[in-house]
Amino acid sequence: MAERRILNGNAAIAEAIRQINPDVVAAYPITPSTAIVEYIAKFVADGLMTTEFVTPESEHSAMSMCIGSSAAGARVFTATASQGLALMFEMLYIASSLRLPIVAGIANRALSAPINIHGDHSDTMGARDSGWIQIYSENSQEAYDNVIQAFRIGEHRDVSTPVMVGMDGFILSHAVQDMLVEEDDKVKAFVRERNPLYSILDVDNPITVGPIDFTDYYFEHKRSQFVGMENAPEVILEVAEEFKKEFGREYGFFELYKMDDAEVAIVLLGSTAGTAKEVVDELREKGRKVGLVKIRVYRPFPAKELADVLSNLKAVAALDRAASPGAVGGPLFTDLRASLYEYEKRPIIVDYIYGLGGRDIAPKHIAEVYERLEKIAATGERGELIGYINLRE
Amino acid sequence: MRKMGWKELPPGAINPWVGNFMEVKTGSFRGGLKPVFHEEHCIHCLFCWVFCPDNAIIVKEGKMVGINYDYCKGCGICTVECPTSPKSLTMEKEELQL
Amino acid sequence: MAIRARLKDLATLDDKFVSGHGLCPGCGIPLMLRMVLRATEHPIVAVNATGCLEVCSSGFPYTAWKIPWMHSAFENAGATAAGIEAAYKALKRRGKLPGGDKKIKIVAFGGDGGTYDIGLQSLSGAMERGHDIVYICYDNQSYANTGGQRSGATPYGASATTSPAGKKIPGKLQWRKNLTEIMAAHGIYAAQASVSHWKDLFMKAQKAIEIDGPAFINVLIPCPTEWKTKPEDGVQLAKIAVDSKVWPLYEVENGKYKINYYPKKEVDVVEWLKPQGRFAHMFKPGNEWMIEEYRKRVNEEWERLVRLTKL
Repeated sequence: MAERRILNGNAAIAEAIRQINPDVVAAYPITPSTAIVEYIAKFVADGLMTTEFVTPESEHSAMSMCIGSSAAGARVFTATASQGLALMFEMLYIASSLRLPIVAGIANRALSAPINIHGDHSDTMGARDSGWIQIYSENSQEAYDNVIQAFRIGEHRDVSTPVMVGMDGFILSHAVQDMLVEEDDKVKAFVRERNPLYSILDVDNPITVGPIDFTDYYFEHKRSQFVGMENAPEVILEVAEEFKKEFGREYGFFELYKMDDAEVAIVLLGSTAGTAKEVVDELREKGRKVGLVKIRVYRPFPAKELADVLSNLKAVAALDRAASPGAVGGPLFTDLRASLYEYEKRPIIVDYIYGLGGRDIAPKHIAEVYERLEKIAATGERGELIGYINLRE
Repeated sequence: MRKMGWKELPPGAINPWVGNFMEVKTGSFRGGLKPVFHEEHCIHCLFCWVFCPDNAIIVKEGKMVGINYDYCKGCGICTVECPTSPKSLTMEKEELQL
Repeated sequence: MAIRARLKDLATLDDKFVSGHGLCPGCGIPLMLRMVLRATEHPIVAVNATGCLEVCSSGFPYTAWKIPWMHSAFENAGATAAGIEAAYKALKRRGKLPGGDKKIKIVAFGGDGGTYDIGLQSLSGAMERGHDIVYICYDNQSYANTGGQRSGATPYGASATTSPAGKKIPGKLQWRKNLTEIMAAHGIYAAQASVSHWKDLFMKAQKAIEIDGPAFINVLIPCPTEWKTKPEDGVQLAKIAVDSKVWPLYEVENGKYKINYYPKKEVDVVEWLKPQGRFAHMFKPGNEWMIEEYRKRVNEEWERLVRLTKL
């Protein structure tokens, strides 16, 4: 029987890790993901996990250790946020190009400067080209469920790619929520055993890992790397299907909320979805045809599936909790527009930057966005391309 | 080795063909001088073997038996480290194979 | 189980690092590998920082390594090795080692660049945490792979491309970092060796690998390319470095210092400096003070080392 527990995001992820009992956990503390590491340390110290738990001296070393461990065929987990993830930057690319499954729990937090410990998506968005699979969570339940599925997705031999699971820093990592924790045995059975593509510890079959390429091979190696990400969508759905059968909760690339006959919609990631759903409910009561798309899988970006859903809408707003200075809007906006470019029928799309550094976004702000979308839908005039929510001028 | 296309490459850029650098004959590094072995003076101390950067000194049953010119880069360390007098290893001119 | 340090016996063992690699003619690195890779009967998994050895031995599709070998980045040989070691411990404990249970030794190799400088943090962290790894620094005293920029290991006075001997500034004016001492301060086995003294290096490698825990060896590697010397003189120069006390052979075991080799006769530092193009400017009239300073500090460091052995 699943157990009903009150856990914050950090505790939920730590609980999943306790149940999965990976071979190695190498993680460095950073607000707001620190507690994940601390819970795991306590589980290990109490004998509730037999994981080889290591405290590296920096995040760069944490990811380096994860790479070494994964290359040795071990199942490995780490957790970080913000500056920590940024410090791992070069190693993220190395992990994915060596096709090493690693699961990283990220308590999404703003990037310096100024230093800010609160939630936004700039850390994982900064890593969107690193070749990692990126999954975002709306609440503690999703953080828990996503971490469990992440091991199956990343370790699938056709994928063999590292996965980062994000949850909004403080908003989710530290806020306790009502959720279901599955039985230890069932979780362990679900994640199965890792069957690596290769192992540096297989001394009877020695290999060279991490060679230098010259101009004649790098391009081919890169193309070969992308196959993992190309195979991911199918595997993500397969794992979600199995998860639903086993645990009853349904997952996909995104969640559609009251989208069936929506004329306008907001597309976003993370915890703001909870707030937005409340606003959608309220507006629907008044007969307004509004909907919400909450993206769960950001990399690989579900371009076609998303475009199929949105193509017939009149107006769409992307809500970006990260900015991309000098680009045509935030990351979600640019990926969304690219997805719809070739569709004959496509909505007018606008971008909103919101919530940077943990800046609050309230129901009234979301209501204002829907109001604007309805105006755009009625007049056909877009107005400003990029707006800012709850920013003092 | 034939140049492989991306579909033929092992995953994760690994190289499973261990030791295959031996396909590259670094003897081509030599620039006109090569070490020559004079067996009659050799005391089989194996200093040449221990100090050769290219495993180009051939040792069989504890005895120095010759130089592997496929790999010898002509650095000359063996001739300097050879302790005999007269030397059992000397550098001599070589026709360059261009 | 100790392997006899006799060249006749060592020569019968297979080369785990093969010919065909692209290291310079006269490079001292393969000399070090020859001893280290023969120093244990247990299988070795090698980890390599970016640098001369890594670049010249792993150019895809070729590899000079017949043992498992991994390179991930420049500054993290210590951390990568620690990661493999953690996985080894976990998989061994859980009975999941590929090919069945066995003892495997993890040896990390980094140049002075990837060890003294950019790699110091990850090395220090790995050693402090007590991972069962051996770290061998192959010290050729500059960032040789990228053309000879100065490193924390470059000797006082040397002309390197980022500390060139110019009209106003006569080369590198900082003294070398004493990495062996830094490692000894971690309370681990720390030793200094030279490719010229192959038996001493072999015994130290054997000891270091045998230890169940962290160990560090700093090996002097002649580099004719960046030292601006003749390739054939490399081993002799390394010998002179030892004999002139520029590079003492010593080890620190359980906190106890031991000098392994007391030079039999006095060899002045000039014998070490004169043959090398990177020190040539120190012999120009007006620069005598550089050689004096160098001599003074080499002797001071030696005296200090001797005092440490008496503690």
